[in-house]
Amino acid sequence: MLNKNQIAQRLAQELQEGFYVNLGIGIPTLVANYIPAGLNVILQSENGLLGMGAFPWEGGEDPDLINAGKQTITTVPGSAFFDSAMSFGMIRAGKVDLTILGAMEVSETGDIANWKIPGKMVKGMGGAMDLVASAKNIIVAMMHTNPKGESKLLPQCVLPLTGVACVKKIVTELAVLEVTSEGFNLLERAPGVSVEEIVSKTAGKLTVNGDIPEMMI
Amino acid sequence: MTKVFKNEQEVIDDLPDGAVVMLGGFGLCGIPENCIRALVAKGTKDLTCISNNAGVDDFGIGLMLQRRQVRKMIASYVGENAEFERQLLSGELEVELIPQGTLATRCLAAGYGMPAIFTPAGVGTEVGMGKEVRNFNGKDYLMEYAFEADYALVKAWKGDTAGNLVYRETARNFNPLMAMAAKITIAEVEELVPAGELDPDHIHTPGIYVHRIFQGRDYEKRIEQRTVRKKESNV
Repeated sequence: MLNKNQIAQRLAQELQEGFYVNLGIGIPTLVANYIPAGLNVILQSENGLLGMGAFPWEGGEDPDLINAGKQTITTVPGSAFFDSAMSFGMIRAGKVDLTILGAMEVSETGDIANWKIPGKMVKGMGGAMDLVASAKNIIVAMMHTNPKGESKLLPQCVLPLTGVACVKKIVTELAVLEVTSEGFNLLERAPGVSVEEIVSKTAGKLTVNGDIPEMMI
Repeated sequence: MTKVFKNEQEVIDDLPDGAVVMLGGFGLCGIPENCIRALVAKGTKDLTCISNNAGVDDFGIGLMLQRRQVRKMIASYVGENAEFERQLLSGELEVELIPQGTLATRCLAAGYGMPAIFTPAGVGTEVGMGKEVRNFNGKDYLMEYAFEADYALVKAWKGDTAGNLVYRETARNFNPLMAMAAKITIAEVEELVPAGELDPDHIHTPGIYVHRIFQGRDYEKRIEQRTVRKKESNV
């Protein structure tokens, strides 16, 4: 079973040279720590920055320079600032190559729910609905089950949807899965995790074809 | 007629109860601190606020929520404000949550004189319920209307007496969009300079959109999530 940093490490393997990438809050943010040296990846922060860098050195925090998670950050050489309409303009126009975001539930048809639990929690969708409606490639990073042990990979989402038929791939602490017209398809399993465990914790339709390799972490 | 006002009290004095008010900023970054302070002091109430976030419990729009000055909040993300969530779940506060890109682009449309936009954000979700859907090239889009706001309260880094504005780093966010979108736009700036001192090539918001401008003071610029790397020598 992977910890959050290892999930981020596995996600980083999805990055390709020259990609413009939007990383959501939570585990996706950690992916920035595992970008392979020498790979040119430009991080987009939807509050208006291309070329997000590392956290500032202590004492170098700038209140005018934050990411979409409201964390203090820095810029890298070649960065650019812009307003929120242009930020979502480049997202809507499909200029961002990859979006990685968290989820509460994903359905076997690629629907995603991550913004509201009726009567309990209302944080809002932020930019998630815009991202999932427009991004070419959407990967979800999440735990396979909720704190009660119930599967978060479902036949259909129970919670209010963020987007419909948009998730392409899911990375959890147990597995890497893709969404196909046949439902979830198991691609990789975490080191030491059995196919049976993944099957038992996946409520939606899951296909398992042949030997499933372990992730390379 | 001068656009320059003396201070935050003077500039918001005619903003009436029940007004629809846009407030720039993302989180606590680039928010109109001075105008909020003045609205809290004056007690202006029954406001409809359009802003990406609702501040935190004791800063930003959170200060107005605490005093029940907000009747309706239109925002995209409100997760940092416990009092907001409480008022929302108890039904005391009317809330409309809309996707962030939709929020930004509805401001843009207002400032560009376009009545509506089409966006795929929210198609097939509760955000799309009751809205007109149009299909372009095989993909569904929601029709979303341009905002109609009475006032926009924006914060810029520098401004001049002609109302031209320049923002700094990610404190730009919604500010230039909201500056274009309201009947009366009020800009507070960290540095107010005479017309002619800002390079016309570097203006983000042309003064035609800005009706009132004043030199802000006592900026706290509170940081919501202070994340840093520790220097080796300090370890």
